[in-house]
Amino acid sequence: MENKTVYLDNAATTAVDPRVVEAMIPYFNENYGNPGSMHSLGLGGQVALDNSREKISSILNCSTEEILFTGSGTESCNMAIKGVAHHLGKKLKKGNHIITQKTEHHAVLETCEFLEKEGFEVTYLDVDRFGMVNLDDLKNAIREETILVSIMYANNEIGTIQPLEEISDICRENKILFHTDACQAGNYLDLDVEKIGCDLLSLNGSKIYGPKGVGLLYLRKGIMITPLIHGGGQERRLRSGTENIPLIVGFAKALEIATAEKEGETERIGKLSKKLTEGILSTIPKAFLNGHPEKRIVSNVNISILDVEGEAVLLYLDHRGVCASTGSACTSKTLDPSHVILATGLPYEAAHGSIRFSLGRNTTNEEIDYVLEILPEIIKNVRGISPVNLKAEDFKEYLSEANKKISLGVVA
Amino acid sequence: MSEMKTHIDVKATVDSKNWFYNDTVKEHFFTPKNFLKDEKEVEEFEKVSNGVGQVGSPACGDMMKLWIRVEDDVIKECKWQTFGCASAIGSTSMLSLMVTENEGMKVDEALKITPQDIVKRLEGLPARKFHCSVLGDKALRGAINDYFRQSGQDDKVIVEGAKIIDKILKITDKDIEEAVLEGARTLEEVQKKTKIGAQDKSCIPEVEQLIRFYTEKYFG
Ligand SMILES: Cc1ncc(COP(=O)(O)O)c(C=O)c1O
Ligand code: FES
Repeated sequence: MENKTVYLDNAATTAVDPRVVEAMIPYFNENYGNPGSMHSLGLGGQVALDNSREKISSILNCSTEEILFTGSGTESCNMAIKGVAHHLGKKLKKGNHIITQKTEHHAVLETCEFLEKEGFEVTYLDVDRFGMVNLDDLKNAIREETILVSIMYANNEIGTIQPLEEISDICRENKILFHTDACQAGNYLDLDVEKIGCDLLSLNGSKIYGPKGVGLLYLRKGIMITPLIHGGGQERRLRSGTENIPLIVGFAKALEIATAEKEGETERIGKLSKKLTEGILSTIPKAFLNGHPEKRIVSNVNISILDVEGEAVLLYLDHRGVCASTGSACTSKTLDPSHVILATGLPYEAAHGSIRFSLGRNTTNEEIDYVLEILPEIIKNVRGISPVNLKAEDFKEYLSEANKKISLGVVA
Repeated sequence: MSEMKTHIDVKATVDSKNWFYNDTVKEHFFTPKNFLKDEKEVEEFEKVSNGVGQVGSPACGDMMKLWIRVEDDVIKECKWQTFGCASAIGSTSMLSLMVTENEGMKVDEALKITPQDIVKRLEGLPARKFHCSVLGDKALRGAINDYFRQSGQDDKVIVEGAKIIDKILKITDKDIEEAVLEGARTLEEVQKKTKIGAQDKSCIPEVEQLIRFYTEKYFG
């Protein structure tokens, strides 16, 4: 195990599945035609594009025209939010208010902040200590001018799954468009847009064992948005640029595999992450699970370990071959600790000591055993160097026995 | 709906290799020198030490505590603890080595050490991690001042007083220094962090001068 990489950062990105690589290869230099061209190579590209769209639309339970390929999850979120804001807000002057929540990915938050500079008003809903939005808060935030609600499906840092169906009902009652960032959901949650009830949905390849740099926006029929990118008119004139066929083929293949393996993987990974969580909480004092105890993505284990700084822990882990991530201020470019952990009401010290392990398709039982074997000693070392000694009673609520038992089941 | 602004200011930033650590830093991180590894060691060392300094990092909220044992104005031992990142651990480990090697350094000499000197001995730190080396340096200054007080040399204590620059919001030169250490380089960036000059416009030329001064001091 010492010489092997134990990759527990699948929420950051996943390895490309070999089956996906295989599906993509012919489209680089054999079947490389531009779908827009009037010859057989071009037609080959068009067929691959159509097939990919077909596969994906059947998984999302929508029609093929409702799928628009983009260059990333970030682009999809931008396209959704700016697209609606600019069309409904600027062009049709239907309103200038957007509702989102504090624990969104930067792809959503920064986009909203950008729109604020353009004159839009944005409400950032608070979350509770498990990272959940409050539906009454949402209802209360709705105004006459509200044009869009953007709430993510599952959180990338703490794994909390939001009640999208209820949110969708509220949006429909109020005739407000609803976008969800589903980038963390593809492997474990139902992507049926009819069940979710969203009008727009962002998804990418990078988290589902597909290639990076490709994403999609589901855009419900009849909804108009202003495009971000203008040009040759691809993707129903909403996202110009020659279609990236190999990546799109890989994305479709990845989603197909993820969907086929969803049930089995949810169960398998659920068991492993339960073992990891309970193992850490029972061997390391003053540690607790971040996020929701039940309504969480099974692959996510985010633990705050008091009195340690996450970057130091990560480097020790990396030294032993384990890749994880942290919400510590020391690793962020802005030197601000994780906005997600802070939004759940924890002080920055607890964000500093937050470590995220995100399990995946390649994670094995032996790897979990290995982490459980080396982590207590690493924490002991880092704690030794630390002059900080937070009082356990200040975190009583988080450190209670009840919190150590999590039920990672198949989530509805 | 309200009028939309058309001009939007978005600036590109470059930060490659933002957490890459070289071998010297790594060595000091993985096998730090002179740290106190638990409360018991702290207790023991506090019996012999005669100077202690503690600082919190304004940038990331981290903390550093540093103890010295001085004999006849020469630092014989320097021990520390930190709630900080690898750079904080590495640079303080290096600093503790620098002030105690070759039979120890005179306190007056130790006061001349700058964060740049530490970074140089470490053969470099990522730019955005520079502020971590300031942590140990400041803690050392605190510890030396404490030693001066304990040894009756109060006249030598260096008070790094803060001077109020923005008279309305009471923002000091220290706040500007911290903003620069956090990466702000322009008036706008410093204003984003401190709101300086939002009301007291008269201070802006002085603020700009201080930004140049601190940028030069730490990153020049
Ligand atoms: C929830 C969420 N949204 C958006 C993104 C951005 O996706 P991409 O990296 O494809 O731009 C990510 C991944 O980083 C994510 O986890
Ligand atoms: S001590 Fe926090 S970034 Fe170095």
